[in-house]
Amino acid sequence: MSAGNRHGAKLRLKLRIWRQAGPDEPGRFLDIDAHDIPEDCSFLEMLDIVNERLIEDDIEPITFAHDCREGICGTCGVMINGRPHGPESATATCQLHMRKFRDGDEIVIEPFRAASFPVVKDLMVDRRAFDRIIESGGFISVPTGTAPDANEIPIPKDVADFAMDAAACIGCGACVAACPNSAAQLFTAAKLGHLSVLPQGQPERWRRAEAMVETMESFFGSCTNHGECSEACPKEISLDFIAVLNRDYLKAKVKNRRLASQT
Amino acid sequence: MSVVLDAKVPDGPIAEKWDNHKFSVKLVNPANKRRFKILVVGTGLAGASAAASLAELGYKVEAFTFHDSPRRAHSIAAQGGINAAKNYRNDGDSVYRLFYDTVKGGDYRSREANVYRLAQVSLNIIDQCAAQGVPFAREYGGLLANRSFGGAQVSRTFYARGQTGQQLLLGAYQAMAAQIAAGGVTLHNRADVLDIVVKDGEACGIVTRDLLTGEVRAHSGHAVVLATGGYGNVYYLSTNAMNCNVTAAWRAHRRGATFANPCYTQIHPTCIPASDEFQSKLTLMSESLRNDGRIWVPRNSDDARAAADIGDADRYYFLEEKYPAFGNLVPRDVASRNAKTVVDQGLGVGPLRNGVYLDFADVIARDGESLVREKYGNLFDMYERITGEDPYRSPMRIYPATHYTMGGLWVDYNLMTNVPGLYALGECNFSDHGANRLGASALMQGLADGYFVLPYTIGDYLAPKLGTAPVPVDDPAFTAAVAEVDDRTRRWLAKRGTKSVDHYHRELGKIVWEYCGMARNRTGLEKALTEIPALREEFRANVKVLGSADTTNQALEQVNRVDDFMEMAELKVRDALHREESCGGHFREEHQTPEGEALRDDENFAYVAAWDWQGADRPQELVKEPLEFENVKLTQRSYK
Repeated sequence: MSAGNRHGAKLRLKLRIWRQAGPDEPGRFLDIDAHDIPEDCSFLEMLDIVNERLIEDDIEPITFAHDCREGICGTCGVMINGRPHGPESATATCQLHMRKFRDGDEIVIEPFRAASFPVVKDLMVDRRAFDRIIESGGFISVPTGTAPDANEIPIPKDVADFAMDAAACIGCGACVAACPNSAAQLFTAAKLGHLSVLPQGQPERWRRAEAMVETMESFFGSCTNHGECSEACPKEISLDFIAVLNRDYLKAKVKNRRLASQT
Repeated sequence: MSVVLDAKVPDGPIAEKWDNHKFSVKLVNPANKRRFKILVVGTGLAGASAAASLAELGYKVEAFTFHDSPRRAHSIAAQGGINAAKNYRNDGDSVYRLFYDTVKGGDYRSREANVYRLAQVSLNIIDQCAAQGVPFAREYGGLLANRSFGGAQVSRTFYARGQTGQQLLLGAYQAMAAQIAAGGVTLHNRADVLDIVVKDGEACGIVTRDLLTGEVRAHSGHAVVLATGGYGNVYYLSTNAMNCNVTAAWRAHRRGATFANPCYTQIHPTCIPASDEFQSKLTLMSESLRNDGRIWVPRNSDDARAAADIGDADRYYFLEEKYPAFGNLVPRDVASRNAKTVVDQGLGVGPLRNGVYLDFADVIARDGESLVREKYGNLFDMYERITGEDPYRSPMRIYPATHYTMGGLWVDYNLMTNVPGLYALGECNFSDHGANRLGASALMQGLADGYFVLPYTIGDYLAPKLGTAPVPVDDPAFTAAVAEVDDRTRRWLAKRGTKSVDHYHRELGKIVWEYCGMARNRTGLEKALTEIPALREEFRANVKVLGSADTTNQALEQVNRVDDFMEMAELKVRDALHREESCGGHFREEHQTPEGEALRDDENFAYVAAWDWQGADRPQELVKEPLEFENVKLTQRSYK
């Protein structure tokens, strides 16, 4: 075994976990003395252990969203000591492991906090507003069967790489939770950045930018360039994409107005 | 009365079957498509691509997912890539070769006509996805890049870094989002499908439970499409996402759809071993690591030294010794079985002695750490995050885990189950991978089914129904199904048992993994057939589900799924017991070559084993679909 690893070591933690029975119910913290937590388990497995013990005591287990547990589906995400997904950079909650904590630590666990992410129950929130943004224009219209041969549209490697950097977004919502204004600029910019640099994305570029940004603004707060979003992002989506969003939105407003005045 | 399975394979030479079929199936006039309502369950690659494509054609589609967003479906976790017979590399690929490789890779237990069609439409899939903006890897000239994958001698795999599944899923999700905005698709998220409704022998709808409010609702349509994934979580520990389940498929089975080849499960050789009892899932490390890593265990089971201190003489490079030609690059099933053998011999490594080493010391010494970092950096980081060990300094520990299930609902060439009006797509059906799936073929099949097969074949069923209305949801068939779901929920909550749902799921997983995992034998399978029903009985009497039915209740969601796994597991074991041969992912220890390879019995077992539900108190009946091979020559696989 490599030095520094302590397989089998156990932690005792003081947990303060947010409990809320439903969207319109009041919430409160529940204090839990979590003993014998294996260092090797993930943060969500730690919650599994806590839940098993609650069930033994006939207390309803804590509701939290999770699915793939390998950092790609974007389902999980809680505030851990005030940070979305916790202390490790570029790490979703499910990929955070308990060896990053110390024996005796107090850990405060809350749901993502944002007006557009209402709490469903305990640590689970509703992020459907993200889907509304995508539905408003986050796609390239290409009905099945109409596509030309894939190699008919060459795309320079750096452009494809740039698009992929943006497309890596997992839609977890950490960016919104980290933002003091609960803005969704980074999420929206990631999709706009992905589609707007590709040649296939050009025909709908300006319509897409206007529609997505305005749908975003109908749900979320405004961006004031704090940059907390990118810091919290488990996929390290760059703030540069927000610059692309701002530029495209501005151009779109001008272009779309000109087009409208011609009809 | 026994079910008769008609695969409806079209006539003609293999290369013309699909074209002939497309011409002969009935069509629905464009203006009439809006008069048909289709329910699509599941929004992964198969479901989302089907929902989008059907809506583009004009059908009224209702899509259902239990997730908060369609984009969460487990297709998103696929890493490696997607195959297509584009022959962009000029290396001799063709539709016929992809077809041949897939049938051979499946150990000759798939239906030739379906596989040929899959290879044909693979070309269209790449075009479609590239046009949607899927950021596939590119060469410097701007054209698409490819890599090679196990089981093929050509480079035909397209990929988007290590996130191919994510990018293809987002493409399908976005296509569906466009149709949601256009009004062609109505999305029901957080809708858990708990039953399939069949009236007069035809599928007419589903029953869902709203995972936020608990409301149980009936939905009616002209056809029902299940794209609900595989049953790998019957093992509890697998690489599947936590919420993957067999419920929709199993409920369809209980309503008359035959379930085919449930014993076929793919085990992936390179996963991170479990660290303790509370391990909730296993994480896959890309197979590409076997290109440079050397797999070994200490020769002496008492060897307590750190890996680096063990000299070459005391290391057992078991794959290199047994398979000098392929070495560490033998196919998935061979690598997996050999790892199990050495761990069972007590040679396993790690705190729980449940893994084997995958060692990069040689390649680091040869090529330097920076080159290795460039190639595998993200995988090494992921490994370190999970285990706390640095694979640049000490070898990785790996062990096989369940990854994909080849069995599923039986479907004909149209992807329709034996229940008229009920379709199964993607991993949910049994069709294209036979007894073993080749790498980069799952994404291909999911998208083939959804984008390019179902939109053509579903019209054949719907066309004669023009002018008929869907069965109203107050029909007794619906009200009875809703009442059953309500009743089931009430029963779980009324119990005041002592053990959690997870406890029973874990126990079930241990039995299925032990006796029906990588290697199976008669004694073990018979043992499982006594242990599973006993566990199921205890589970049904003693499970503890707290909370109420009218709010989010994750234990209640899970208890229905585990209940269905408890029944499914038994069928899986019975299927494994009846198949007295070894093929692909199904290895019966009694049936192996002198060299320890899988030994098929083509004379007696070249068929699809479809199981027909006979009621809760009677075992399913076996119905066979014989497999005929007119184009591919059946041979023994050898990797020596």
